[in-house]
Amino acid sequence: MSDASLFPALKIVVVERDRERALMIVDALRDEANHQVSVFGDDTGLARRLAEIDPDVVLIDIEDPNRDVLEALAVASSPMERTVAMFVDRSDDSSAIAAVEAGVSAYVVDGLQKQRIKPILDVAITRFHQFSRLRKELTATKAALAERKTIDRAKGLLMRAKGVPEDEAYALLRKTAMDQGKKIAEVADAIVTAASLLR
Amino acid sequence: MTTARLACGFMPLADCAPLVVAHEVGFASSEGLDLTLHRASSWSALRDNLAAGRLAAAHMLAPVPVAASIGIGRVAGRLDALSVLSVNGNVIGVSTELAARLHGHLDDFMAADTVGRRLVSCCRRPLRVGVPFPYSMHVELLTYWLGALGMSAPADLEIQTVPPPRMAGAVGAGEIDMFIVGEPWGSIAVEAGAAELILPGAAIWQFAPEKVLAVRHDWVQAEPEIAARLLRAVWRAGRWAADPANRMTISEILARPQYLDVAADTIDRALAGRLMVNPQGEEREAPRFLEFFDGAATFPWRSQATWIAERLVGRVGIDRGTALARARACFRPELYRAWLASAGADLPGASEKLEGALEEPRYVAAAAGQVCLGPDAFFDRRVFDPAV
Repeated sequence: MSDASLFPALKIVVVERDRERALMIVDALRDEANHQVSVFGDDTGLARRLAEIDPDVVLIDIEDPNRDVLEALAVASSPMERTVAMFVDRSDDSSAIAAVEAGVSAYVVDGLQKQRIKPILDVAITRFHQFSRLRKELTATKAALAERKTIDRAKGLLMRAKGVPEDEAYALLRKTAMDQGKKIAEVADAIVTAASLLR
Repeated sequence: MTTARLACGFMPLADCAPLVVAHEVGFASSEGLDLTLHRASSWSALRDNLAAGRLAAAHMLAPVPVAASIGIGRVAGRLDALSVLSVNGNVIGVSTELAARLHGHLDDFMAADTVGRRLVSCCRRPLRVGVPFPYSMHVELLTYWLGALGMSAPADLEIQTVPPPRMAGAVGAGEIDMFIVGEPWGSIAVEAGAAELILPGAAIWQFAPEKVLAVRHDWVQAEPEIAARLLRAVWRAGRWAADPANRMTISEILARPQYLDVAADTIDRALAGRLMVNPQGEEREAPRFLEFFDGAATFPWRSQATWIAERLVGRVGIDRGTALARARACFRPELYRAWLASAGADLPGASEKLEGALEEPRYVAAAAGQVCLGPDAFFDRRVFDPAV
């Protein structure tokens, strides 16, 4: 907060469709200093809306298709426009690589002092990291659940088809998987697919 | 030969075929390469991931390494073009509303002059045109074509960047009047009933370097042997992709969810150069619509880099001499010759040529094999001499 008394608040735009993620970033940025943070959640008229706000900093997921739209704004350079420097192109700065690693890219108006950008970028990097970890965990959990379900269905099919109890059906799945060098879930998936075809 | 793992990136477009074929058909593995292909969601992301070292190589717009080398591409470090992945392949489409005003004058699909004059006479100013990226052959072909016919930005022309998958939506919603985009995204706008195709890029320049195999300059210096294997695999893949007998297979492969995730028959029209130009289903032939191999298509001519640099310098106003020298250096014909000799490639003797001088195919001096170039004319019959 120490900068707040020395500098005017920065106008920051976060381009992010995921509401939850946007809120995480916005909260963290507001904690860092008294910035004016806006969130753009959909694609239409992005260039025009950015021009209206005329932000000092734009933060966007490195994988967002709208990156190329921002790239074009960074090129536009009539004397009336403020040029935009992309932070990532400062090859001497280790935070540039850290940003790419975290999956965030920042577009910064030329001439903005480095010590003002760094805390914002640090916050963005931390939050992006945190969020991609959460998302990875969620994806892994979902995949594990889906596998569990398929295995249960395959077990059920085997129990009915061969008239064996559950533990035996599972043992059969496991043995087949080991014999074929496959994962149990893959064998289960094959059984479920075959069963649906033969039905 | 130990197997090397390489992460490569591509954008979902028909012209990423050589990279995908290198992986799927086994040209990479026979060079001892295990490729992991990553689909990018924007050209900026692809370029940044390449520059940051998360990717070893990428399917890249030909002007991107040139822009990077002359310091206007916002890239950390130098990028080199080992080869050209494809020549031509873009298409220009207009909104159904603008098409109605042009109506009756679109019979000749290859007539850039006639179509352009008609467009100039009846479009509203400024004409709003969607392009995929500020540093692209799309922008260069568009401004070359309409510039020659007297239209220039910003008074007559408003160029907007629109991600290719959004092109159909943008033209349908009236955000833009026209677009120039790589296939299959133009055809998808037609299928959506939002646009009509009026001209293939090849009608503006018959031999325009479209995408390159881009790598970091430092990586080529550090790993020349692996870079050579990659170049050979991709070159063989381009030769395979250019064989009409393999067209259906390529369409099927590219249609998969991890690549384009678009219907195979839409991709097939681009590969065949037979495009459906309007929602009524009319088709037009476009000769040399997309080239992967013929006419020394994969050779990275320094004169192509110079042509691109000359255009960029004109727009952004930086020192011409320095810019052209740097641009020439980022296309690597000397590596191409050294590394493809063993593969039996036909190798041009020169590294530069006059661009746009050939109205008909012609045999030229070769360092190996037989090299037939052209046609490569510009629609206005101007010739670009890289030495001037």
